[in-house]
Amino acid sequence: MTKAVNSLTFPRLLLEHAQVIPKQPAYREKYLGIWQVTSWEQNLEEIKQLACGLASLGFKRGMNLAIIGDNRPKLYQAMVAAQCLGGVPVPLYQDAVAAEMIHVLNDAAISFAIVEDQEQVDKLLEIKEQAPILSTIIYEDPKGLTDYVQSYLHSYKQIQLLGKVFAEEHPEFFITELEVGKATDLSVILYTSGTTGKPKGVAHTHQNFIRAGQNSSQFDRLNSKDNILAYLPMAWVGDHLFSFAQAMVSGLTVNCPESKETVMSDMREIGPSYYFAPPRIFESLLTQVTIRMEDAGLFKRKLFELAMTHAKKVGSDILDGKSVGLMDRLEYALYNFTIYAPLRNTLGMSKIRVAYTAGEAIGPDLFRFYRSIGVNLKQFYGQTETCAYVCLQPDGQVKYDSVGIAAPGIEIKLADTGEVLVKGVSVMDSYYQRPDATAESIDAEGYFHTGDAGIIDKDGHLRIIDRAKDVGKMGNGKLFAPKYIENKLKFFPFIKEAVVFGDGKDAIMTFINIDFEAIANWAERRHIAFAGYVDLASKAEVYKMIGECINKVNVDLADDPMLSHAQIARFLILHKELDPDDDELTRTRKVRRGFIAEKYGPLLDALYSGKSEQFIETKVKFEDGRDGSISATVQIQNAKTAMESA
Amino acid sequence: MSKTMTPSSSSNTVLQLENISLSFGGVKALTNISFDVKEHEVRSIIGPNGAGKSSMLNVINGVYHPQAGDIYFRGEKRKQINPAEAARQGIARTFQNIALFKGMTVLDNIMTGRNTQMKCGFISNAIWVGKARNEEELNRHKVEEVIDFLEIQHIRKTPVGKLPYGLQKRVELARALAAEPSLLLLDEPMAGMNVEEKQDMCRFILEVNQQYGVTIVLIEHDMGVVMDISDRVVVLDYGKKIGDGLPNEVKNNPEVISAYLGTNH
Repeated sequence: MTKAVNSLTFPRLLLEHAQVIPKQPAYREKYLGIWQVTSWEQNLEEIKQLACGLASLGFKRGMNLAIIGDNRPKLYQAMVAAQCLGGVPVPLYQDAVAAEMIHVLNDAAISFAIVEDQEQVDKLLEIKEQAPILSTIIYEDPKGLTDYVQSYLHSYKQIQLLGKVFAEEHPEFFITELEVGKATDLSVILYTSGTTGKPKGVAHTHQNFIRAGQNSSQFDRLNSKDNILAYLPMAWVGDHLFSFAQAMVSGLTVNCPESKETVMSDMREIGPSYYFAPPRIFESLLTQVTIRMEDAGLFKRKLFELAMTHAKKVGSDILDGKSVGLMDRLEYALYNFTIYAPLRNTLGMSKIRVAYTAGEAIGPDLFRFYRSIGVNLKQFYGQTETCAYVCLQPDGQVKYDSVGIAAPGIEIKLADTGEVLVKGVSVMDSYYQRPDATAESIDAEGYFHTGDAGIIDKDGHLRIIDRAKDVGKMGNGKLFAPKYIENKLKFFPFIKEAVVFGDGKDAIMTFINIDFEAIANWAERRHIAFAGYVDLASKAEVYKMIGECINKVNVDLADDPMLSHAQIARFLILHKELDPDDDELTRTRKVRRGFIAEKYGPLLDALYSGKSEQFIETKVKFEDGRDGSISATVQIQNAKTAMESA
Repeated sequence: MSKTMTPSSSSNTVLQLENISLSFGGVKALTNISFDVKEHEVRSIIGPNGAGKSSMLNVINGVYHPQAGDIYFRGEKRKQINPAEAARQGIARTFQNIALFKGMTVLDNIMTGRNTQMKCGFISNAIWVGKARNEEELNRHKVEEVIDFLEIQHIRKTPVGKLPYGLQKRVELARALAAEPSLLLLDEPMAGMNVEEKQDMCRFILEVNQQYGVTIVLIEHDMGVVMDISDRVVVLDYGKKIGDGLPNEVKNNPEVISAYLGTNH
């Protein structure tokens, strides 16, 4: 980048790309079955029109703009448009129910909102009285909105037309406003998922995200020829780093899928070179592959097994550039031609140069699978407060149980408690209008306290064990790290979620959520009849199989000198799937252990009191917003604990 | 009423049925039925099983030819026509038992709905040059608009036979919409659907009606749905009309209640 870093803002980056690579695609969006391209030149024009339109409606410097919807080029453009005027975009989770949005709208004093469609408009109309400052709603997709008469409701097109007229009347306005922007201005407010308490607004400056974007783009040599698929929530910091900051810095193309359901086929069509997915997506892809291979004929199945065995043996080493024998290389090349390459193609991963996963721990087998078939899958570490940019795994130095080394421009150290502390380019400016919370999490030396407990190994790689506050003590005073055990459980494809309890207790208990798809398939193959989720979850065969998984985890734990005491004593399989709509998971699908313990109190008591079954009735919220309830008698079983190894 | 001149009703009547009687041998399917359909309305036909509802639709789109009675379409007395001619006049329909090409993809099925708009012949389509190509692109664009409207992008390339029932129903609606009809006949579009699928379908029907101004004749058994989305309702029982009017009027009509709840004949 030619401009000095201290004056660089996202709008300036936009101007630069529109001059240097005007014809290159900034966005692609599949619409009416065709990938519609927006070049950088057009991108600038669209943003200019929108910004001028917003200005003519009274949006000005210092205001915040709510953005709600699936990943759409127009919504990404809205972010830059707000920034051009000196405003700050505030993306909200598009699948949040209306009531959840009230806090953010009021906290960020939102008066302007740009949303995707009728669904989001309806939500805002529903809560408009509770968010009194909200005065203008702009929608992108007019479908179903023709009969809406509210005067404060405008279509995106309409605003752009207004903007066009405004720009003709005030030709210098856009560029003058843009030039006022400074690198130290706020560029975005991202709300935390609220695992604990009300969500806090994390305010980042242009400088934060641009530096994180520049350093990470250099780290993985991203450029304007790269393609990324933008399909994760725009309100999530990772999407803001990959699909916004890195894209604006390196000029890579952001591809927006047609709908949530078409992500897989859109990915095959685009063939992204740069890809991010949380572990759960990699897992479900692998599950699909496994299921389909089980249905294949004997010959294909055997060939696949041979290929996978060989991949496991040498695949990762070849990817890491380590020395591998000639015969092994030849064999790998043969399987690459017959199995790995077609498989990568089916997964839409043919062109992937760099793939990342983060957010949750990824199972070693899962991680190894992708690397062994030639997908350069790596891990990173970061949180909303650090632009999702703290640690990265460099090519060739990928360890399965670490999240990598401190990224360029970042310094990490451990507190005495084991908590990970971070200082550097990506640490947030502040929590929005919360100096108290800011002071609590950023210390006098400028270190941000992540709240994660970790260890740094001899090569400087960071390994995360658990949330620092979740690491507790059992009744006997020994270490209790629930997430660590939960992750071990979740590495089994049959277990979707696990919730482990034991803080201050003498024994460790767990709730299991089965993976319906995987277990339904498993049951079908064994001719086990079942009527639905609740029925399947209570089958004796399923209990037996899950019990075996838990026994394996206990054997595994017995080998770990720090945690051999923390084996699972008893377990039960929950009769309903844990769901963010029922507040049991956060929107980023992290379990809310405390809430679950309270909601399923009778089950937890039954686990500790030694009962063999317990009746429970739970309220659920259906997708259309109505309430209902599910009841079941849940069985409880003992697990086998393994002997501690000397 | 005189049978030679246009019926007396106002100019916004799209379809007027006058004293329609239809029988198969000795079985009287419809007896002396008259009702009208006005522009832009949702007109429901309800009645117990075997009341003659589907026969009525079949009369409207030319599958059956009534032995007695007249049909006025857009003010003109209609001659005996076949379903293809009805389609050309802007009448599209869906079927009670899904009638899609099971082995073809969703996209291809919906493309067949454009059949009446395609002018190019077999040869030019086979070599796919010039006009034929433009025509296909234009038609594909229309079809994609329908796909977008009904939110079925994710199954565009899926063979219809592999889809669950609710989605097949939606594909059938898509095919009918692809013909850009002015009058849409829907034969139990929500049969066999769960609550959520029904809600979606209602939303689509209302939008087709309101946004594109398509007139709709609907047969449906779910009374909640009928009363919610219909402008007017006609009730048949044993081939006879026993009620006609606004949803509320029909709901409180004692004859209708007895037809539904059963009574001693």
